[in-house]
Amino acid sequence: MVAFIVRRLLGAVGLLLIISAVTFAIFFLVPRAAGVTSDDIAGRFAGKQPDAATLAAIKDRFGFDDPVPVQYGKFLKAIVVGDTYDTGTEKIHCPAPCLGYSFRTNQSVTDQIVDRAPITFMIAIGAAVLWVIVGVSIGVLSALRRGTIFDRAAMGIALAGVSLPVFFTGLLSLAFVVHRWNLLPEVNYEGLSDNPFNLILPWICLAFLYAALYARLTRAGMLETMNEDYIRTARAKGLPEKTVVFKHGLRATLTPIMTVFGLDIGLLLGGAIITEKTFSIPGLGQLALDGVNQSDLPVVLGATMVAALFIVLANLVVDILYGVVDPRVRHS
Amino acid sequence: MKSPKVVTSAAAGIVVLGLGLSACGGGDDDGGNGGGSGKFDAGSTAVVNASDHKGGVLKMAQPDDFESLDPANIYYAYGLNFVRIFSRTLMTYASKPGAEGSKMVPDLAEAPGTPSDGSKTWTYKLKRGIKYEDGTEVKAKDIKYAVARTFDRSVLHNGPSYFPQLLAADGYKGPFKDKNLDSFKAVETPDDYTVVFKLKAPFSEFDQVVGFSGQTAPVQQAKDTGVRYGMHPISTGPYKLQGDYTPKKGGTWVRNTNWDPATDPNRKQLPDKIEVQAGLKAEEIDSRLQNGSVQIDLPGSGVQAAARQQILTNPKLKANADNPLAGFHWYVPINTKNIPNLECRKAIVYAADRSAMYRAYGGEVGGQVSTSIQPPAVAGREQGTDYYTKADPNYTGDPAQAKAALAKCGKPNGFSTTMIFRSDRPKEKATAEALKQSLDKVGIKLELKGYPSGTYTNEQLGAPKFVAKEKVGLGTYGWAPDWNTGYGYLQPISDGKAIVDTGNANPEELDDPTINKMWNDVVSIQDPAGRAKVYNEIDAKIREQAAILPNVYAKSLLYRPTNLTNVYFHAGYGMYDYANLGVTG
Repeated sequence: MVAFIVRRLLGAVGLLLIISAVTFAIFFLVPRAAGVTSDDIAGRFAGKQPDAATLAAIKDRFGFDDPVPVQYGKFLKAIVVGDTYDTGTEKIHCPAPCLGYSFRTNQSVTDQIVDRAPITFMIAIGAAVLWVIVGVSIGVLSALRRGTIFDRAAMGIALAGVSLPVFFTGLLSLAFVVHRWNLLPEVNYEGLSDNPFNLILPWICLAFLYAALYARLTRAGMLETMNEDYIRTARAKGLPEKTVVFKHGLRATLTPIMTVFGLDIGLLLGGAIITEKTFSIPGLGQLALDGVNQSDLPVVLGATMVAALFIVLANLVVDILYGVVDPRVRHS
Repeated sequence: MKSPKVVTSAAAGIVVLGLGLSACGGGDDDGGNGGGSGKFDAGSTAVVNASDHKGGVLKMAQPDDFESLDPANIYYAYGLNFVRIFSRTLMTYASKPGAEGSKMVPDLAEAPGTPSDGSKTWTYKLKRGIKYEDGTEVKAKDIKYAVARTFDRSVLHNGPSYFPQLLAADGYKGPFKDKNLDSFKAVETPDDYTVVFKLKAPFSEFDQVVGFSGQTAPVQQAKDTGVRYGMHPISTGPYKLQGDYTPKKGGTWVRNTNWDPATDPNRKQLPDKIEVQAGLKAEEIDSRLQNGSVQIDLPGSGVQAAARQQILTNPKLKANADNPLAGFHWYVPINTKNIPNLECRKAIVYAADRSAMYRAYGGEVGGQVSTSIQPPAVAGREQGTDYYTKADPNYTGDPAQAKAALAKCGKPNGFSTTMIFRSDRPKEKATAEALKQSLDKVGIKLELKGYPSGTYTNEQLGAPKFVAKEKVGLGTYGWAPDWNTGYGYLQPISDGKAIVDTGNANPEELDDPTINKMWNDVVSIQDPAGRAKVYNEIDAKIREQAAILPNVYAKSLLYRPTNLTNVYFHAGYGMYDYANLGVTG
C-alpha cells in the first residue's frame, strides 16, 4: 500500500509539472503567438495612457521581457527553494513552496490560497454531505420501489436537478428565498470565523445538482445489483432485508459512486467556481476567475496547480477506499 | 466552466424573472432631518436626506476591487472618491452638489497654490495641526516624500504620471531607489509648512493636478511599505483602517480620533464604521441596495439592466433613484490615419443616424445627445455648433450631404472600413450596428468586429499598431476627464503628444500642428476663462476635422437606499460623494 501511495504521489508531481507548463503556455505563449507584445501585457497593469517609462518599469518589475523559459524556470525555482520579493522598501522572503506574488495585489499567492481554501472546503464538504445522504438515499428507495409514484417523482426531480445549473437555482433562490421572502439571511461567508450556516443556500443549490446525479447513479446500480445471484442467495439464507439491501446491495453499488465522488469532490475543492461566483463567496474558484480576468498569471498558475493537486489527492483517497468498500479489490 | 459573462447574462435574466414587479425597499423620503426630498433625480443637483445623525455602519460593496488603496496608486474615479475618507491632499474637490463640486478647494493647504515664475513655480502653505492617525503632525517633507514616490513607476504604476511629466526632477528615480530625499530637487520645503513645486514649463492648472488624485496625500517615509502601503495606508482623514485591507475581500474603517473637523470642511464623520465588501456580484449589490443592507455601490456607474428595469417601472423605487450626467461622453473616434481625407470623414458624420445611436444608449435615461466633445460638466464648456450633424434625438442623418462629401472625397460610390467595439457591451454593439446600417445607405461599408473590454482600450482601439494593421476606421469609445476643465478632458484625446503605443486615448490619432500648438500655449494662460475660450476653440477644431462623431453624454441610474443620508451626485467624481455620507436605522 505504501509503495502504491508513493508511486501515485510521484505521478502527481509529474502531472502537476505538465499542468503548470500547459497553463503557463496558455497565458504566455498563446497571446504572444497572436501578436500581443510585452508592452500590451504591461499596459494591463498600468493606469490610463501609460508612457513608455511606465511600461518599461512594469516590464522590468514583472520580468515580462525575459525569455519564456526563464520566466517559467523562475516560477518552478520558487516552488522548490522559495523566492524573494521586493516591495520597494524591503525584501520579503517567500519560503518554499512559493507560488509567487500576485501582479495585482502584491500578496503571496500561497497566502491567498491558504486563506481561500477553507472557504471552498466548507462549501464542498457541506454540499457533499447533503448530496451523498440525500442522493444515495433517494436512489436506494427509488430502486426498491421501482415503478411507484415515489420512484417516478424522485427521478423526475432528479432529472430537473441535473438539468438546472447552480447559476440558475442560485440566482432564483437568492431572488426569492433571500431578497423577496427573507426566509434566509444574505450569503456572507469570508472565512472559518463566520457562521458556516451562512452557506446553507449554496449547499442546497450545489447539492441539488449533484444529489440528482447520485440518485440516478445509485438507483441504476441498485437495480442491477439487486438482481444478482448473490442477493438471491442472501435472501434465501434468511438474512434480514435491511442487511441484504445495505450490506450486500448498496456496498457493491458504492464502488462506481465513489469513483464519481472522488472526481466531483476533487473538482469542487479546487474551486466551486460557479457557486462561488453566483453567491459572491471568496473561495479558490473566485480567486482563479479573478486571476484569469485580470491577467494575474501567478494567481492563475497557483490556483490551477492547487486544483489539480486536489483532484489527484481525492482520486488517491478513493483508490485507497476501494479496498475498504470492496473486499475483491483488497484481495487482488 | 462558465465564463463570468455567461453568469452575468444569466444573472440579469434570472433576476428579471425572479423579482419581476417585486417592490423591495420603499419610497419614503423622510429618512433624514431635512434637506432635499427623495424624489426621482433629486440627488443629481441637491443633498437628499441631509442629516447630522451620527452612528451606524455604512456598508459599501463592489464587484471587483480597488486597483490599490495607496492614494498615490489609484486612477479610477471611484477609488479616488473613496480614499478621501482617510486621506487628505493639498487641494481637493469641493464637497458640494452641482457644478460647485468640480471646483478645487484647499484641503491640507491653507489656500490654492500661488504661482510664480510664469506658473513654473507653485507654492502651498499647509494648515497647522493636521495629524496622522497616530497623532504625529503632518509636515511639508511628508508631502515632498509622497510626490517623490510617484516617480518610481515600477512600484506605483496604476496612478497618474503628471508629476514625473511636469516637475523639473532631472532624472530622479524615486525614493525606493534613492533613499536620500535631498536628491529630489523638484519639490522644496523651506520650512515645515511650505511646499514649493518646480515645474519644467509653465502649467496653469497645477491646483487641479495636486487635487484630482491622491498623490499629494502625505506619507511618512519611515512608515512607507512600498507596494504594500495600500494594504494599510496611514490616515489623515475622518476614518482609519482597522487592521489591514484584504484585497478581493474588503476591510473596515473606524473613526480617526486624531482628525479635526475644524480643519476639514469637505468631509464628515457620521457613521461609526465604514465596511467595504469586494467581490459581491453586481446584481446582488443592486438587490442589497434595494433592501438597504448595502448603502453604496462603489463603482458608481449605476445599477445593472435588471434593476434598471425594476426601478424605472416602479414609482416607489424610482423616487430613490438619480439620473445624472455621469461625466462620460460616448463618441465614435474616426481614425485620421486610416481615413485621411477630411471629406470622407465628413461623409461618415453626415450619414450617421444620431437617433438610432442615441436609442442604442437607452434614450432619455441613458444619455443626452451630444454637441460639443466636452461634456456639460466641464467648466466653461460651450454647447458649440453642430458640425455636419445635429444634436437632435430625432435626427436620422443627411444622406444627400454625405453623398456630396463622398464625391468631393473622390469616392462617390463610398468605401469600406472596419469598425470595432467592445463585444461585451450591448450598447456599443447596438451603436456599431446602427452606424453600419445608416452608413450603408450612402455606400460606406462597415465591417464590424467585437473585442473584449478587458483588452479593448489597451490592445485594440488604444494600440495604434493594431489600428494600422487591422485598418480600423471607427470605434466605439468613451472618455471622462481627469478633472473638469477643457485641459482635463480634451488634451489626452486630441494632443498629438498624447498618442501612446498602448492605452492610447487619442484613437482618432489626431496630430494636427495647429491644435498641438494651442495645447503648448494654453497652459501658460493664467486666467481660467481665457483658457476655457481656447479649449472651446480646440473642441470646435476637432469637430471641424470630423475626427470625432459625437454621440451621447452618458447618464447613469444611481440608487440611494432610504437609510442613506447626505446623498448627492458629485460632479468631480461622476457619482455620489463618499466622504460625507451617513446612515440611519
